[in-house]
Amino acid sequence: MTEASATTSAAGDLPVDGVLAAVPIALSLLVAGWALVATLRHRAPDRAQFAGLAVLEAALLVLTVLTLIALGGGQRPDEPGSFFGYLATLVCLPPLAWVLARMEPTRWGSAIVCTICLVTPVVLVRLQQTWTVLGG
Amino acid sequence: MADPQPAERPQPVDRTRTNSGPGRLLIAVYLLFAIAATSRAGLQIATRFEAAPMAYLLSAFAAAVYIVAAVGLGRAGRTGRLIALACCTVELVGVVGVGAVSQARPEWFPDETVWSGFGSGYGYIPLVLPVLGLLWLWRTRHDLDLAVTSRPRPSRVESDQSFGPPAT
Repeated sequence: MTEASATTSAAGDLPVDGVLAAVPIALSLLVAGWALVATLRHRAPDRAQFAGLAVLEAALLVLTVLTLIALGGGQRPDEPGSFFGYLATLVCLPPLAWVLARMEPTRWGSAIVCTICLVTPVVLVRLQQTWTVLGG
Repeated sequence: MADPQPAERPQPVDRTRTNSGPGRLLIAVYLLFAIAATSRAGLQIATRFEAAPMAYLLSAFAAAVYIVAAVGLGRAGRTGRLIALACCTVELVGVVGVGAVSQARPEWFPDETVWSGFGSGYGYIPLVLPVLGLLWLWRTRHDLDLAVTSRPRPSRVESDQSFGPPAT
């Protein structure tokens, strides 16, 4: 699903694509689903949510590092300003969820984790678009 | 560090405060929108301000409102509530007004803003967010009454607390 929606052309050259993007998106949705269940069950953020956020952050950092390597190799995003804005935002989202969830040890903490984990895939897809949009 | 069994006790929400519980979720969403609108407006103004100055200034204004609203909700005192109330009102007027104008006079907004098309570019969340904010401020309005009336009439406080919002 993510691969299909990611790009139409020149997909092979893009660092923010394929498995690299699909894994964080899937992870994020998984954590969001789990957090939603916790919210509906009136549960505070549990270890699984924090662990999920940590793994998600790790996956995003891997994506960031590989992207920077690709940049070092001469590839360039089509909209550099937006690209780095989205990249910086993306990497900050799981820590933001972590901090806010720590501050709010109630069901609403789980709701915060769920919300931010739903936003993360959107930002990631927008990140892909700023890299892959051709022309302009 | 984790609470060993945070799920065991249902959270007693007897002390509903603007910046806790659902309010914290609201603050989180406001923070996200503050980040999104600020970076978007900053980028637009920095790279192509001449293309649509009005739209970009509006984006910057919206970004500022989101930031101030998040701060206001986070402070939770009388001042914070007033700030949040003002921001939510401005947002609601802004999103409805800009949405209507961008439909009627699209040429005034050659580029998208956060509030164009009633916030359709952001899943209509800009339209829903101020409404939720105002509802939340209304729901927690007795916080302030408690703080104000606690000194002259302490007994009143006890009865008021039993009327607190249900711990849903």
